[in-house]
Amino acid sequence: MPHYTLKVNGQSHVVDAPADTPLLWILRDNLELLGTKYGCGLGLCGACTVHFDGVAVRSCQLPVASATGGITTIEGLTSDGSHPLQKAWCEHDVAQCGYCQAGQLMSAAALLKNNPRPSDEDIDGAMAGNICRCGTYLRIRAAIKDAAQAATGGVK
Amino acid sequence: MKTETDPTLPAVLKHELNRRDFLRISGLAGGGFAIAFYLPGAAFGEVAPALDDTAKAFTPNAFIRITPDNVVTIVAKNPEMGQGVKTSLPMIVAEELGADFSKVKIEQGTLDPQLGPQFAGGSMSTPMNYEPLRRAGAVARTLLVQAAATTWGVPVAECEVEHGSVIHRPSGRLLTFGELAGKAAALPLPDEKNIELKKSETFHLLGSRVGGIDNPAIVTGQPLFGLDQKIAGMDYAVYVKCPVFGGKVSRANLDEIKSLPGVRDAFVVEGTADYFGLMPGIAIVADSTWSAFKARRALKAEWNEGSAASDSSASYERAATELAAKPGEILQNDGDLDAALAGPVKVVTARYTYPYLYHATLEPMNATARPTGDGGMEIFAPTQTPGDAQEIAAKTLGVSKEKIKIHFTRSGGAFGRRLSNDYVAEVAAIAAKTGRPVKLTTMREDDAQHGHYRSTGWHNLNGAVNSTGELVAWHNHFITIGLNSTDKVGRAADMSAVEFPGRFVPNYRFERSIISTNVPTSWLRAPGSNALAFVFQSFIDELAHAAGQDPLVFRLSLLGPDRKVPGPGKHDRPYDTGRMKGVLKLVAEKSDWEAPLPRGSGRGIAFHFSHLGYVAEVAEVSVSRGGQLKVHRVTVVADVGPIMNLSGAENQVQGSVIDGLSAAWLQEITLDQGRVAQSNFNDYPLLRINNAPAKIDVHFIRSDNPPTGLGEPALPPLPPAVCNAIFAATGHRIRELPLSKTNLSWT
Repeated sequence: MPHYTLKVNGQSHVVDAPADTPLLWILRDNLELLGTKYGCGLGLCGACTVHFDGVAVRSCQLPVASATGGITTIEGLTSDGSHPLQKAWCEHDVAQCGYCQAGQLMSAAALLKNNPRPSDEDIDGAMAGNICRCGTYLRIRAAIKDAAQAATGGVK
Repeated sequence: MKTETDPTLPAVLKHELNRRDFLRISGLAGGGFAIAFYLPGAAFGEVAPALDDTAKAFTPNAFIRITPDNVVTIVAKNPEMGQGVKTSLPMIVAEELGADFSKVKIEQGTLDPQLGPQFAGGSMSTPMNYEPLRRAGAVARTLLVQAAATTWGVPVAECEVEHGSVIHRPSGRLLTFGELAGKAAALPLPDEKNIELKKSETFHLLGSRVGGIDNPAIVTGQPLFGLDQKIAGMDYAVYVKCPVFGGKVSRANLDEIKSLPGVRDAFVVEGTADYFGLMPGIAIVADSTWSAFKARRALKAEWNEGSAASDSSASYERAATELAAKPGEILQNDGDLDAALAGPVKVVTARYTYPYLYHATLEPMNATARPTGDGGMEIFAPTQTPGDAQEIAAKTLGVSKEKIKIHFTRSGGAFGRRLSNDYVAEVAAIAAKTGRPVKLTTMREDDAQHGHYRSTGWHNLNGAVNSTGELVAWHNHFITIGLNSTDKVGRAADMSAVEFPGRFVPNYRFERSIISTNVPTSWLRAPGSNALAFVFQSFIDELAHAAGQDPLVFRLSLLGPDRKVPGPGKHDRPYDTGRMKGVLKLVAEKSDWEAPLPRGSGRGIAFHFSHLGYVAEVAEVSVSRGGQLKVHRVTVVADVGPIMNLSGAENQVQGSVIDGLSAAWLQEITLDQGRVAQSNFNDYPLLRINNAPAKIDVHFIRSDNPPTGLGEPALPPLPPAVCNAIFAATGHRIRELPLSKTNLSWT
């Protein structure tokens, strides 16, 4: 089986896996980074969203053989929950079941990186790839706006 | 014929209610419900094995443990699936205890008879646990106060509890719960039945906004869910069932599958005839999830599909049309329907229909098992019914229940799907064959095509209003489904013969016919109600327009004077018209019901009583001339008695609105050649953020009625509110869901 060296959350890992193994399953089965979730396997739900060289990607669609850049997962967003989005998610009590929220947070983090003060339309556009089956969308919108304000030091 | 209990109640719920009644009755005869329920003073045992039992810990019951280091631990007894009970049930204990909730340690309980009935369903966690958990907290508080009073040599009446301490106001002395734990543990337990509960006006925790207890773990990606469970050295499995429900394995390329990289084993599981249990199938066991998934795609199986392989949604539709032309079984016949319809009235006739729905939990069905060597098994499962999980695993393995240890994990959504434990039976069968620990993951496509679906149904309706606009006649010929039966209605596919507006219309007939189908159906969030409210609240809207009345005014008249209308069965709660009118009037006020809107925009109103909750909703929509729908704002008013956790309650209501909109707008499961035609979120879409309303305003009438659950009752009014709004905006009456099938364009 081929070896791959992956850089995940700033750490290098060598994994043995078939070349077509999606990054999602490397993270979950090999590296025990279980925060990234399986929802559909087709890039439709966004539960598996991670950052690949700073861009939000669906890790179920990224073969390990191609995952040769810097990868950040929810565990690497910050492990202590201090990212403005993680704080806003707790303040707004966004989660219901919570299963999709790692993917939501990673998509939101990528959005704020490129667009520190997103409009409602920007938020809906960037977050439309992430399904929340419990329906927490209104709190997601509100939390992203608050996090954006906190991160840019703006006033409400 | 009248049904004794609400047929839409999950069986598990009936079971648990019966069990609870039994405990209560046996308690009266033999020394107290509380003792049967709580076994006071019993050790925590497996609930909290990490806690040291020797250090003078105060454990007045299975829910509370206070150690001398001042750690207050409260056990969360029921499965958490996003409905918030891991936070709200411990809040009830903490309120009575007087603990500082921000410092309380909350532990998820395992399956344990000391914790009472443990299931998540029927919106019953709050109503079933409110009183017992208050008593559990109050017992602990009473003993802590007694311990403090004894220590200080002061009267108990001079002591009070605040933020995890007992305070003696006259002297300003204070002792923490931890400091009192040893002394409290030595005191005799008071009789729980006579314990004094707090006055609800003094509550400071219940009714406030508290964030979910697992939020910090969720936002940092901690492994909370079923699919996140790991056992050292475990295998990864998938389980493949016949695409036509109930079909058996005829042959498969198992040798080829076993030769694939990473595959450790592949074998046929004979299974049972239980559509909700262990169905026949093929297990593939591999060294990783991906190897198992790839092998599943390479599997070539032939099945003995049976006669249902020729079934389709079209064939069921034809059967429904044929049955509608014949008389059904008359189950309710009030007044003289035929005379009323022949009188000087306006008659409206309509046929409403709705499709099968899939639960589509974002975390697919899964379970992880470890054989324990004695023929038993330890199983980690995201389930709503851990007791049933234990039973089905024991049955699958042919061992006693005691040999099955169930850990119920957080569920990545459940919505009723995890009331079934088919995946638990499957993982048990696989681990029994391999003798090794294994995680079963259901691929999304298999999950979608082997659901236990919300049933489809057809309602052939006649209604009549008289010259003064009163609803005087209502006739419903309900065509529903049976699971390979024309005699017995399928699970969660029946309805009460007097479902509203039954009991409110003088000339009323309900008849029913059953189509035999081969599709397993089960409870989906607000079972029955999630479809019936669409039908009846839409048809009531049609009748309001026929009567020339405002839809709100018509509804208020139909409800009539404030009174309690007896429930369908003698054990059912009555229908309180005053509470329903209360939520209706407030939702009209809060939604600006009477403010005019331009053509192409409209408001719709609907209400529904389910799960003991009274809810009314107004949707405000616009439809472009081209037919593009936008739902701008939804206003919800609910009366479920006092609110436990305001943040969680609002989240449940907003989620119910999104869930109801998602299903009503977009979703249907169809059958073709006996197979489910949909497979993933491309052909079974879920509402996304860009189609979510800009505003969902939630208001609670915090009546002093007993508190009831909120996971379900806010869903049913949403589909009809939206459909009625579409009618107001465009004149299009939606009689078939999903509404995406109707061209909404207008000129």
